[in-house]
Amino acid sequence: MNIIQILFWFLSVLAIFSALMVITSKNPIYSVLWLIATFFAISGHYIMLNAQFLAIVNIIVYAGAIMVLFLFVIMLMNLNKETEPQKSRWLKIAGALAGGCLLLVLVAALKSSVTKEQFATVNEGSIGLIKNLGKELFTTYVVPFEISSVLFLSAMVGAVVIGKKE
Amino acid sequence: MYLLATDLWFILEKAILIACIIGLSFFIAMYTTYAERKVAGWLQDRHGPNRAGPFGIFQPLADGGKLFFKEEIIPLASNKILFLVGPGLAMVTSLVTSTVIPWGAPVVTGNGTIPLQVADVDMGILIVFSVVSVGVYGIMIGGWASNNKFSLIAAIRGASQMVSYELPMGLALIAVIFMTGSLKMSEIVASQAAHGWHVVYQPLGFIIFFVCALAECNRTPFDLPEAENELNFGYHQEYSSMKLGFYLFAEYINMFVSSAVITTLYFGGYDIPFVNEAAWGLEPWLLSLVSFGVLMAKIAFFLFVFIWIRWTIPRFRYDQLMNLGWKKLIPLALANMIISAAVMLWLRR
Repeated sequence: MNIIQILFWFLSVLAIFSALMVITSKNPIYSVLWLIATFFAISGHYIMLNAQFLAIVNIIVYAGAIMVLFLFVIMLMNLNKETEPQKSRWLKIAGALAGGCLLLVLVAALKSSVTKEQFATVNEGSIGLIKNLGKELFTTYVVPFEISSVLFLSAMVGAVVIGKKE
Repeated sequence: MYLLATDLWFILEKAILIACIIGLSFFIAMYTTYAERKVAGWLQDRHGPNRAGPFGIFQPLADGGKLFFKEEIIPLASNKILFLVGPGLAMVTSLVTSTVIPWGAPVVTGNGTIPLQVADVDMGILIVFSVVSVGVYGIMIGGWASNNKFSLIAAIRGASQMVSYELPMGLALIAVIFMTGSLKMSEIVASQAAHGWHVVYQPLGFIIFFVCALAECNRTPFDLPEAENELNFGYHQEYSSMKLGFYLFAEYINMFVSSAVITTLYFGGYDIPFVNEAAWGLEPWLLSLVSFGVLMAKIAFFLFVFIWIRWTIPRFRYDQLMNLGWKKLIPLALANMIISAAVMLWLRR
């Protein structure tokens, strides 16, 4: 085991464990905090794949801004164990079945795919560095990039309109 | 074992550097509390602390000792784990930013150069920004876990204030990145040493950044999360002993680190103005020491400005705070960004 493998296993275990804690925690505040831990672990994975910009933006946008709003709403709603709605048993079984089916489909799709041999290369490639990424985004992919920014703008305007409505 | 094949000297060098920076941050934060009380004394025409040692120089030690020996109270109805996590998180996020700041010119020895910077990563400035955005959690978690409505209101105020002021801060930063063409902190300093300080080219950007830094540190006039007259003591109301000390101390470390960031981004970092210090022919270690001293002098000036503002300007009302952030600073920062981009394009620098 070299240091990269140790880091990989550590981050993977951290990501999966905290993701499991997100869905098993009874208290929604804990769920949000574990989700933040998951984002940090995934950012660690991005750094190991040499996608530094993605890693930092993941922390700034998801861990730093969106999760703050999640925490905000949950703190204000004062959700806790007592007020959590209890779902019926049949609903739980149906949910487990549907999730299992999705897992089966995903595993089957990945099993027969041609990319099975192409593992992600750790600490190689330079497309994730900010210089190359920026060049690609503003030359090859400039139209989708600008269209997605217009999409964000329209979402913002929509939020303001909904907020203004009395 | 590959693990042992990693450069142990490298790890040792970085470990020593990290220990020095953390020690320095604590020391400066300690004496900033003293400076705060002394400056408040001058501004209010009184002496300030002058009993412990000559000129009250041991006052911070006495204050720290007092906090250590206070009774530790954890409210029964609080969330025990998060109540402990909150102050720790506040402290960690305030210290982490110091890793990417270049603290002085690199030391050149016979066996290579030792940069006085823990991590000179490509993303330098973005790491500062990401830590700032994560810094909200210390306040939010602590305020919520206290199970006190004043603490919760303060936590939510603090969080919305910090999220709002991150935006103009980021927009002001973009103009700085235009000027240097790099996100590396070391290159930002190098480009200022070559072309002149950014504050000359970006005065508006500097003012926006400084106002946002005040808001991010929860300093007056933006100290709404700890407004005594409406929220008692704010998010740390239920805290006592060293946990309260951590929150109070984290604020001073935040001040120190944000002064360092402001200096690095706009005031040339460790660069000495108007002279070419490389031509002096000093010993490399002496040059590093001088540049570190210059950086510290600039930081001390900004710490003084922080304190000066606190004892001069009264606190904003909450709606004024939000208006300033969203309706004034963001359009100003946007205009600053677009004008800088246009000028850069025109001059083809």
